[in-house]
Amino acid sequence: MRQASHGKIAVRFESVGLRYGSGPEVLQDISFTLDQGSFHFLTGPSGAGKTSLLSLLYLARRPSRGSIRLFDEEVSTAARAALPPLRRRLGVVFQEFRLLDHLSALDNVALPLRVAGVAEADIHRHVPELLAWVGLGDHMHAKPPTLSGGQKQRVAIARAVINRPELLVADEPTGNVDDRTALRLLHLFSELNKLGTTVVIATHNEGLVRRFQFPRLHLEAGKLDVLPPMALTASVGMGTGPIPGGGQS
Amino acid sequence: MIGFLRSDLPVARDASGLFLPWLVAVMVFLACLALSGAMSLDSLLDRWSRDASGTLTVQVPAATGANAETETNDRVERAVRLLETDAQVATAMAVPRERLAEMLEPWLGSAELMDSLPVPRLIDVTVAPGAMPDLDALVERLRAVAPGAAIDDHRVWLARLIRLAEGLRLLAWAVIGLVALATAAMVVHATRTALAVHRPHIEVLHLIGATDAYIARQFARRAFALALLGGVGGLALSGPVLWGIGRLVQRLEGGLVPDITLGMGQWLVLLLLPPVAGVLSMLTARRTVRRTLTRLL
Repeated sequence: MRQASHGKIAVRFESVGLRYGSGPEVLQDISFTLDQGSFHFLTGPSGAGKTSLLSLLYLARRPSRGSIRLFDEEVSTAARAALPPLRRRLGVVFQEFRLLDHLSALDNVALPLRVAGVAEADIHRHVPELLAWVGLGDHMHAKPPTLSGGQKQRVAIARAVINRPELLVADEPTGNVDDRTALRLLHLFSELNKLGTTVVIATHNEGLVRRFQFPRLHLEAGKLDVLPPMALTASVGMGTGPIPGGGQS
Repeated sequence: MIGFLRSDLPVARDASGLFLPWLVAVMVFLACLALSGAMSLDSLLDRWSRDASGTLTVQVPAATGANAETETNDRVERAVRLLETDAQVATAMAVPRERLAEMLEPWLGSAELMDSLPVPRLIDVTVAPGAMPDLDALVERLRAVAPGAAIDDHRVWLARLIRLAEGLRLLAWAVIGLVALATAAMVVHATRTALAVHRPHIEVLHLIGATDAYIARQFARRAFALALLGGVGGLALSGPVLWGIGRLVQRLEGGLVPDITLGMGQWLVLLLLPPVAGVLSMLTARRTVRRTLTRLL
């Protein structure tokens, strides 16, 4: 197997295929590597398999064939017991948030820390700080059903980044917020990326993809291409100038 | 304690969660009655076994004729002397006439009537510890000094009572076993329902890196707390019932039913039932959750 000559590899897919049951393959021969500290958008039309690809990344399912290495560990054949420690090194923003409705925003964000056995004192120091940062300082004790779509999304994002993940996977994290908030959240991801987190963000928001000059994983009809940052065009509706991509693929 | 009961899953608010304490209360109530029955039978059997092996009653028929009274007294005296010389007999004591009159009063009425009837005399015999006297030979020797004497061997009828009591005790243990099984089955069902209801939450916990043990602990703690609550309720309910049964038994006259009230140690055993129900529920819930979770990646 090829070794990275410089920098570590966070994710490596080799000839990965995925099918549900006996249906056709929704992902075919997917091969790519993500260097540690890189930032990628995952683009493609609806139904192209973006969410399926992300679910392989955040270890919700195993591939039907091929090899997936995460932080240099083979995960496609790893024992169940080996997966929870790996999952704790990930941060995931799910498409439909998947917040726990009976828990306050604070307790939802604290979940990854509690699961990892972090002391309550630390939890009560870090979680309010992050919630304030995402603009939910006044809603810490609110439960998700009382929050707006955008607020829920920010809780979900805070939950994904609270444990400073090595790999952040987000499925349409800006789908429910206005452009200003979307930009602010992308800046948060970008800051995390500068601190060393590898980031993969699935999005339909072309304006964001153009504004943040990061390379793209483009998925279409089950096949994946790694593309350079999308060219800036005059038709971009958001902001003014481009923001240079911090990651290299 | 609050930390122990804090749950990341909304298991507390299920219908199954509210239902469980009531079911466990009924189960612990039944187990309490069965267990106290089994323990009472234990002490009863103990006493009966001791009695059966240790004592005999010799019956000496009343003499007839002119000096019936004196003759009967002589026969009893000779029988007692004979028994006392026997190496296998520890003590032999004639039951006084007054005591006999007392025992017969409920049936015969006043003691005067007894005087006119040929009521047999009784001799209480305690067998020497470990001795197994040959009763046929002993009866032969007794009849030589007291014609018509008979030995009432408690062992025959006590053996039947003991067999009955042993059957009842077995039944009580079977009830306890069934109650434990039913409780476990209920907890399995309640846990499965909760698992189905909370599957989306469990998946989230699972995906953010919770181990099976962590998720199982959420359910197990809840099951323990709910079952303990139900168990305490069931025990509280069975207390007055057991006390009432004890009172009714005490009111029975004539020693038909021996004293079967529970001792301090036995009450303590009953006090253990709620925590036992809690632990049983906890282990069952944990096992159910872990088996279900292995189906997730």
